[in-house]
Amino acid sequence: MASMFTRILSGRNTAVIMASLGAGTLVSSYVMTESGVSAGEKKKLYPPSADYPDLRKHNNCMASALTPAIYGRLRDKLTPNNWSLDQCIQTGVDNPGHPFIKTVGMVAGDEETYEVFAEIFDPVIKDRHNGYDPTTMKHPTDLDSSKITSGMFDENYVLSSRVRTGRSIRGLSLPPACTRAERREVERVVVQALSGLKEDLEGKYYSLTEMTEKEQQQLIDDHFLFDKPVSPLLTCAGMARDWPDARGIWHNNEKTFLIWINEEDHTRVISMEKGGNMKRVFERFCRGLKEVERLIQERGWEFMWNERLGYILTCPSNLGTGLRAGVHVRLPLLSKDLRFNKILDNLRLQKRGTGGVDTAAVGDTFDISNLDRLGKSEVELVQCVIDGVNYLIDCEKNLEKGKDITVPPPVTQSRK
Amino acid sequence: MPFGNTHNQLKMNYTAEQEYPDLSKHNNHMAKVLTLEMYANLRDKQTPSGFTVDDVIQTGVDNPGHPFIMTVGCVAGDEETYEVFKELLDPVIEDRHGGYKPTDKHKTDLNPDNLQGGDDLDPNYVLSSRVRTGRSIRGFCLPPHCSRGERRGIESLSVEALGSLDGDLKGKYYALKDMTEEEQQQLIDDHFLFDKPVSPLLLASGMARDWPDGRGIWHNDNKTFLVWVNEEDHLRVISMQKGGNMKEVFNRFCTGLTKIEELFKEKGHEFMWNEHLGYVLTCPSNLGTGLRGGVHVKLPNVSKHEKFGEILKRLRLQKRGTGGVDTAAVGGVFDISNADRLGFSEVELVQMVVDGVKLLVEMEKRLEAGQSIDDLMPEQK
Repeated sequence: MASMFTRILSGRNTAVIMASLGAGTLVSSYVMTESGVSAGEKKKLYPPSADYPDLRKHNNCMASALTPAIYGRLRDKLTPNNWSLDQCIQTGVDNPGHPFIKTVGMVAGDEETYEVFAEIFDPVIKDRHNGYDPTTMKHPTDLDSSKITSGMFDENYVLSSRVRTGRSIRGLSLPPACTRAERREVERVVVQALSGLKEDLEGKYYSLTEMTEKEQQQLIDDHFLFDKPVSPLLTCAGMARDWPDARGIWHNNEKTFLIWINEEDHTRVISMEKGGNMKRVFERFCRGLKEVERLIQERGWEFMWNERLGYILTCPSNLGTGLRAGVHVRLPLLSKDLRFNKILDNLRLQKRGTGGVDTAAVGDTFDISNLDRLGKSEVELVQCVIDGVNYLIDCEKNLEKGKDITVPPPVTQSRK
Repeated sequence: MPFGNTHNQLKMNYTAEQEYPDLSKHNNHMAKVLTLEMYANLRDKQTPSGFTVDDVIQTGVDNPGHPFIMTVGCVAGDEETYEVFKELLDPVIEDRHGGYKPTDKHKTDLNPDNLQGGDDLDPNYVLSSRVRTGRSIRGFCLPPHCSRGERRGIESLSVEALGSLDGDLKGKYYALKDMTEEEQQQLIDDHFLFDKPVSPLLLASGMARDWPDGRGIWHNDNKTFLVWVNEEDHLRVISMQKGGNMKEVFNRFCTGLTKIEELFKEKGHEFMWNEHLGYVLTCPSNLGTGLRGGVHVKLPNVSKHEKFGEILKRLRLQKRGTGGVDTAAVGGVFDISNADRLGFSEVELVQMVVDGVKLLVEMEKRLEAGQSIDDLMPEQK
């Protein structure tokens, strides 16, 4: 042992290694120095073909789109913040997916990710967002809630209404990539802005690191508290690092406007209330968002947004509006009808359990919300939910009376 | 690679105070040692392969720890981590390894002839014997930091080396991603199969990335010598068998390890090792010998004795459940192994296990017969 050690100290050694890959064999050589192999040398030692992930058992949007050629061209690129392709795709490599559910399989580390790695993000976006082509299309943003019609549901069926979206602060890295200081800066900027909200929007911030037992229990009872992510889709992307540092919940005194800070995105903004007044929920949503935007702009900040992709968020599935508008609605008869799923599909709606994503429905109550996020504006999507849910309620009422129902024709997809 | 290291320059835009982790609720070796001043000194450094102090400590920041169990809270991404970040790792090592100083030298002794006895542990009590260690291949990054290409390189080198073993060490490699259902079931039945780590301590360090790519299990036909490839370390090497013949287990362990090392050297590779830290592994707790030698032993009476903990402490042994670390004992059967890793040689540690377990079995027999064990109480080793 000791003699080997002295040999190392006295000079350089040359070694030859063989790195083999499923498909082929690669032979490379490297020089071993006393101070180890540098990152730059490593790139030469391991060309992209040596690092290309094994995606043969994978079923997610990233795996469908990432060819060895694309990987080869993008592997050595970095965003201005030094975020790499491997970091984008790590979650998709680590989570092969489910035969029935196609997850996205990649995340952004910063705003520039979507540009620098457009060659992989654009096809993934197209796949996930029904053919939306970021190279040719523009995304419409419309937060004018006055355009909404028939936004009051029959409360015999609709138990609650909710609209959520996310917003990112331009200039700060996203949750998979951010440093602790950046994350704390996001918290500081947003909390400061929220403290300027007035009247029915006036509220209070509860930092996850500092809340009391009592506050915690109250937030749980209100169904406001979010926990450290357990889903490997999220943890493999690195967004749970340093938990619970700089994470928190803000809500207004009336408990109808709620903001999550530094969970899966910089901010998640939620407007909600019991009952069926979706129009009011959306009105508060738009007003609150615009007010928060004005308050951060006063201090020289703005949200990440562009014409191509709308609002920029961590997961490509939330681009555009990032909006999910939904209700908890009782549909005991319709949900047992064999045409239920087809009706939902044609209305561009999706069903979830009342615990949110990846939960099962309890009893006959479903969470019904819009499928689309990108290519249609906020107003269009909320109107779509309103019209769709009204249709579902009509179906339910018809079935109650023993009448038949019809499957509606498909709603138009994103405009060209 | 996985987390913040590519952002090192970005972090420099913020002050050390702004970046310093909140460790106020933490109880691990890293948190005890990492002051703001130390963080400020280390945060602009990185190893040649790009591993930073934030990479080292991420697992310790994400896992505040347990009031009773003191975890380490940091990992190495490559061999140079222990040099570049010695300001942090030396005190962590000192704390974890019983006062081991930065100037101390570690002895390596893999000569099984130096072990006294160990072939006669009573098989009525000692159900099985096992010795494990880890090895890292010099020049490659460690599991928290390696790229897929490197990990595959480690796998193919290891498979080639192991493929050359013969005699009673002749065996076969099972890659995790290629094994058949049948092979998988057999490996589970043999208690050989390792799974994707679920412990947040391991996950937070990035060592489970790309699972199961580049991971596998090799074992000899006799099922007494086993190597894990790319789990928590490049290699984990295990020698085991039923019964109490620890000498034979240790013999095979040393012979196998020495052979494997020769085979690597033939191909121009060597293990990470130095005079001060011995064998270099991912977790600072496994430095030195990286050796855990132990037995599954029936101690239903001794384990209930009020001085059981004290006895183990004096013998420099630790107890675990029969499922390994963080499991509970089942039916009075304990996993008893050496507590130390660094500062004692392999022979010395296995000697402690052999002598200690012999004593524990004697105590068990006394207590079974209703006799006292006061005269058997050992001195502190």
